[in-house]
Amino acid sequence: MKMNICQEESVSLGLNDKITSVSKRATCSLHGENSPYFGGWEEYRSNPYDPLLNPSGVIQMGLAENGLSFDLLERWLAEHPEAALTCKPDLFRELALYQDYHALPNFRKAMANFMEALRGNKVKFDPERIVSTAGATAANEVLMFCLADPGDVFLVPTPYYPGFDRDLRWRTSVEIVPIHCYSSNNFQITKSAVKSAYKEACNRNKNVKGILITNPSNPLGATSSAKTLKMLLAFAKEKKIHLVCDEIYSGSVFSSAQFYSIAEIVAKENYTPDNVHIVYSLSKDLGLPGFRVGAIYSYNNTVVTAARRMSSFCMVSSQTQHLLSTMLSDSKFVNYYIAENKKRLSDRHKLLVSGLDKAGIKHLEGSAGLFCWVNMSHLLPSNDLEGELKLWKRVLYGAGLNIPPGSSFNCMEPGWFRVCFADMNISTMEVALKRLQMFVETNTKPSIKLG
Amino acid sequence: MNARGEEKCRRVGLSKRKRNKNLSEKATCSGHGEDSPYFAGWEEYRRNPYDPLHNPSGIIQMGLAENRLSSGVVEEWLSNHPEALMISNRDLLKDLALYQDYHGMPAFRTALANFMGALGRNKVKFEAERIVNTAGTTAANEVLMFCLADPGDVFLVPSPYYPGFDRDLRWRTGVEIVPIHCYSSNNFQITKSAVKSAYKDSQNRNKNVRGILITNPCNPLGTTSSAKTLKMLLDFTQKKKIHLVCDEIYSGSVFSSPQFHSIAEIVTRESSTPDNVHIVYGLSKDLGLPGFRVGAIYSYNNTVVTAARRMSSFCMISSQTQYLLSCMLSDSDFVECYIAENKKRLEERHKLLVSGFAKAGIKHLNGNAGLFCWVNMSHLLTSNDLEGELKLWKSILYETKLNISPGSSFNCMEPGWFRVCFAESNITTMEVALQRLQRFAEKYKAMY
Repeated sequence: MKMNICQEESVSLGLNDKITSVSKRATCSLHGENSPYFGGWEEYRSNPYDPLLNPSGVIQMGLAENGLSFDLLERWLAEHPEAALTCKPDLFRELALYQDYHALPNFRKAMANFMEALRGNKVKFDPERIVSTAGATAANEVLMFCLADPGDVFLVPTPYYPGFDRDLRWRTSVEIVPIHCYSSNNFQITKSAVKSAYKEACNRNKNVKGILITNPSNPLGATSSAKTLKMLLAFAKEKKIHLVCDEIYSGSVFSSAQFYSIAEIVAKENYTPDNVHIVYSLSKDLGLPGFRVGAIYSYNNTVVTAARRMSSFCMVSSQTQHLLSTMLSDSKFVNYYIAENKKRLSDRHKLLVSGLDKAGIKHLEGSAGLFCWVNMSHLLPSNDLEGELKLWKRVLYGAGLNIPPGSSFNCMEPGWFRVCFADMNISTMEVALKRLQMFVETNTKPSIKLG
Repeated sequence: MNARGEEKCRRVGLSKRKRNKNLSEKATCSGHGEDSPYFAGWEEYRRNPYDPLHNPSGIIQMGLAENRLSSGVVEEWLSNHPEALMISNRDLLKDLALYQDYHGMPAFRTALANFMGALGRNKVKFEAERIVNTAGTTAANEVLMFCLADPGDVFLVPSPYYPGFDRDLRWRTGVEIVPIHCYSSNNFQITKSAVKSAYKDSQNRNKNVRGILITNPCNPLGTTSSAKTLKMLLDFTQKKKIHLVCDEIYSGSVFSSPQFHSIAEIVTRESSTPDNVHIVYGLSKDLGLPGFRVGAIYSYNNTVVTAARRMSSFCMISSQTQYLLSCMLSDSDFVECYIAENKKRLEERHKLLVSGFAKAGIKHLNGNAGLFCWVNMSHLLTSNDLEGELKLWKSILYETKLNISPGSSFNCMEPGWFRVCFAESNITTMEVALQRLQRFAEKYKAMY
């Protein structure tokens, strides 16, 4: 279980008498930036690849961003100046003064419609249940503040997004107990793993308040089956705990394998569960992380009210709300974007996978997300965390590729890495794949070569 | 629920029966602060808003500290600079869309630093590297509390103070506020003895005081702190090794003398840079852009800058908005013109309000800043206590149809003071409001 190390660290800082002391939160390392996940980004920043200016620089394959469909947004924006408020002083003034944490009704409606379209219109989302937040980072934290008290636990399947260690725990003092998932069944969440994590937390006298999953999963790039979601819903109901589903990649499902939103499972129940909450954002699906647009969708009225009040601390700029409500209300554009984005993600994923195959690197069968979960355990100098970190560094400094290691995602098995594919152009990807192939050839043990 | 949780719930007046055990204490307690008259008046206004044509007997809003007087200046700039709104450069647009670095756009931080300097007549230079962006000052104040204090610690705040602080400083942070009581006998100035008294009060309750937070210019007083007071606070906090947070959100809304002194000016005169001073700023009031959620922390403490920056991941400013404002605030001609014009308009509107009060026989605190006036209506109270004040507030709200905020919602110790905002409505509406107030005061005079 992740320990809250704030107290230990602040004591060891040996604060000087002359220095005015700050809080434990300010000085502990729960911000999570000491992990290799962020270490690789730093290396990239100090030596970024550029085909002309720095052809031997580090290629960023560690950032889950979607740059593939940006031209579609750009074209729409050029054709719709009204979304940018030019020549609309009255509207500008109205928006400039709009600080209601309910958020613009049109914006919430447009978000609801977009979320429906992403799910093939199989479910309806009620705009009144949407709470807007400045990104999913804020949404997840607000939910923790609403659902759990300091010291309470949320169960999170591993491997999971490294940012959760900060988002769910840092300022909330909520703790994460991992639900361990393994490659033997493609990292699917099993009921026994959930029960085991729950029991572990209880044995340590911890109060479990809920389960948080990401679906589609980061870093797996796979979606949860309807059966798994039903199992989680039933378990959460039995234990009277919450189920939070971060569906931030729901618009990045590119294969024919079906994506099930928890909203579909809920719609089939004969009652509305008050313990289900969905997190969404436009950072991944629309490739707009800079605009800070996130949302909580909760089936619990008290949570909607409390979260809405808390969103005073993380509201979306009304200028941006207006832009997006205009864009996402254009259903023709929305449908076109969803289909085209899916196609481009699929093509780029295929290119990556074919390159991985050429390099002899196995990967988890993916259907969604902006990354691929690959198995490089055969290249480990030793089959442990140390070996994984050594391999990570060799790939970073030797091959000039930033590929975050599985340990930064709390993966239990060494040798897994997450490779992102949607934030670089094709030529850069081809360079990256060649480097990877060369690296593998140079680093593969002779016994395997002969075999 | 453990004993501490129960005690907390009792304190916030929530019965065990009501508390939903499945949700957090924060979700179900009243730490959001919305049960106060400050917000109740807004609700009433929303239900029955004044409109000269459609609802001439509706409620006039005088409880919202918003600045609409200079919106036209901003709009004119925008009509001449559509490129700040609509970005045609593809690369720039893509950069913005992807820009999620919590350092904030360098051009924006530089522009904001320059703007803050200009507001203080360029007596101080603000370093862009010390600016931490946050989605509004609400977020900035909360982030600072998370960085400077642990749950259960105390911040001393002079009363009367902005009602939102009860939520912003305390709700999710677990920090407590101990008021530094200020009184009308010396125009509510912060005295050293009041500060010492509040500090001692906390210590007597075994509370760890981590700092003092002031608003300068002050909400609700509409006055600025003297350099002497600021120096006193700086010295006190340095001696006690505690922090000094100065919320200077109204620093661009100073319309008359005495001169505004930022804590930054006091800091520059010190022989060494204090590590305990932090400034909060935002564009909601001075530029009239509360919807855009633009706030900032300016800290002289490197550890705080780093920690606050990381925490700002939870409350970042939209890059679209950062870009717009970096264009606007980098235009020094616009900045100079705006500051001067805004000051002029605020001063004129303040004069109008004050002259209306004089006609109604209502005294006010001599103000030189902010978007409001602190008025004394204690002579209209039926009883000189909280109950009397709330009765008066209700008659003004429901009978006179004016939403003005009672001093108790600002934690004022003396009943009868009210905050009246003047920068939100147009002149005609203000004149109607003042006439209503005059009639109310006359009616009271006739009755008593």
